[in-house]
Amino acid sequence: MSTLARTRSVALAVAWRGIHNAFRNPAFLLPSVLFPLFFFIAFAGGLSNLQNAPNFEYASGYTAFQFGFVCIQAAAFGGVFTGFSIAADFEFGFARRLLLAAPNRGGIVIGYMISAIARAVFVLSVVFLAGLISGMQIDGSLAHYAALLVLALAVSATSTLWSAGIAMRLRTMQAGPVMQMPIFILMFLAPVYVPLPLIAGWVHDVASYNPVTALLEAARGFIAGDPTKVAIAAACLVVMFVLAANWARGGLRSAEAAG
Amino acid sequence: MIATAPAAGAHLLSQVGLLAGRSVVHAVRSPAQLVFPIAFPLFLLGINASGLDAATELPGFPSASYLDFALAVPFMQGALFAALNGGQDLARDIQNGFLDRLALTPMSGGALLTGQLGGALFTGVVSAILYLLTGLLFGAGIVTGVGGALVLLVLAVTICMAFACFGTFVALRAGTGEAVQGFFPLFFVLLFLSSAFFPRDLIEQDWFRTIATYNPVSYMVEGIRSLVIVGWDTGALAAAFAISAATIVVFLALSSRALRTRLVRT
Repeated sequence: MSTLARTRSVALAVAWRGIHNAFRNPAFLLPSVLFPLFFFIAFAGGLSNLQNAPNFEYASGYTAFQFGFVCIQAAAFGGVFTGFSIAADFEFGFARRLLLAAPNRGGIVIGYMISAIARAVFVLSVVFLAGLISGMQIDGSLAHYAALLVLALAVSATSTLWSAGIAMRLRTMQAGPVMQMPIFILMFLAPVYVPLPLIAGWVHDVASYNPVTALLEAARGFIAGDPTKVAIAAACLVVMFVLAANWARGGLRSAEAAG
Repeated sequence: MIATAPAAGAHLLSQVGLLAGRSVVHAVRSPAQLVFPIAFPLFLLGINASGLDAATELPGFPSASYLDFALAVPFMQGALFAALNGGQDLARDIQNGFLDRLALTPMSGGALLTGQLGGALFTGVVSAILYLLTGLLFGAGIVTGVGGALVLLVLAVTICMAFACFGTFVALRAGTGEAVQGFFPLFFVLLFLSSAFFPRDLIEQDWFRTIATYNPVSYMVEGIRSLVIVGWDTGALAAAFAISAATIVVFLALSSRALRTRLVRT
């Protein structure tokens, strides 16, 4: 069996287990669905009057504006929730048996990433459905929405690698906040409620350099059928993905060394 | 702590003092229980004050500064964290058998409940003072002046006690820290579906405005907010104090009953 075939076989087995566990046990999947739905309802419902603020420029309306944020947030937190599962696997000893049994351990991380992507597809579908029900304006074409999906799934994969790196280093479920907080902070130091030019003070300065800003602006551009900052968002994602992959690889080495 | 507790017939106040002291010492010795509930709401306040500043440009927005408008929110979030931590502490006492051992002493149920709330009260007081000082430091103004600031602190602590009583009830009913943790999202839903981030009369969506109107958290937030940006609004203050006091009375009564049930079981 070639290295590639071994990696694929491990990745698919781990991915199947992750997907099976997530969909067989609603308690695993529910938080990753409820959190973005809740943010969507709270922000799009409670803050929609912000679209009437002077210089608020987003043609597709406030619900669509918040849908862009919720898509990226759901994808990112989907990766974090997968990280929780990895940490649980280490805490309960399953991951150690997995490390012993797998002929190619890199496949384990890839498997977790695939399961995170599958979960993200499901969560994004639910959020999209909620958007349709709430009367969200659809201005983008099918191609634009496909691009939005690719963007969100890439975010999910990157976030999974980040969380996996922490889960494999700390190997305890108590690592949850360490995975969650940096992503939460990055997400909220971006244009969550209004476009970047309308943000005031220090958050505007931070958001201007925050890569999540480019991701949100690209996502909102796709939704409005007016692609914006796609190249910058793609470049940011590539850099973040490479860094997160290296971080996850280091985590795997740490887990291997721990035995 | 129990070994030094007064014998049967000792004054209720000293029993409360002993348990409250234990609760406060635990809060002080667990930095995560103090630092996170204080830091996280301030961080969100900083973000929202900048991120939602554009809202102040809307016609009819009640304040020229979103920081002033949103200053009430950390007090609510701090109260939620205090409730969560208080509930979890009690649940831990139930899980590790401390409550059962306490039941063998002459400690009265009322003292037990009130004493357990001491830690939450302490966290509430410390965090409320820090939120207020931080707000003032970053330029927030209290239109009701020093008197208003004092009333604000009293109201914030009352709200903190109300949430802590709810946390205590959940802990006594469920008996596990996981169950208390599981209620935490509910608290946040109540906060986000209120007028915490936007004035009720400016909420565009009818369904959201209706939920916010029936959500008691809206009136707690508006009570605190009135002292910061409106002035001495007796209606808003009365509603906030009344809802908080009613919550304390109801959940203390329910907690007392839940405690009796739990002690009978043991």
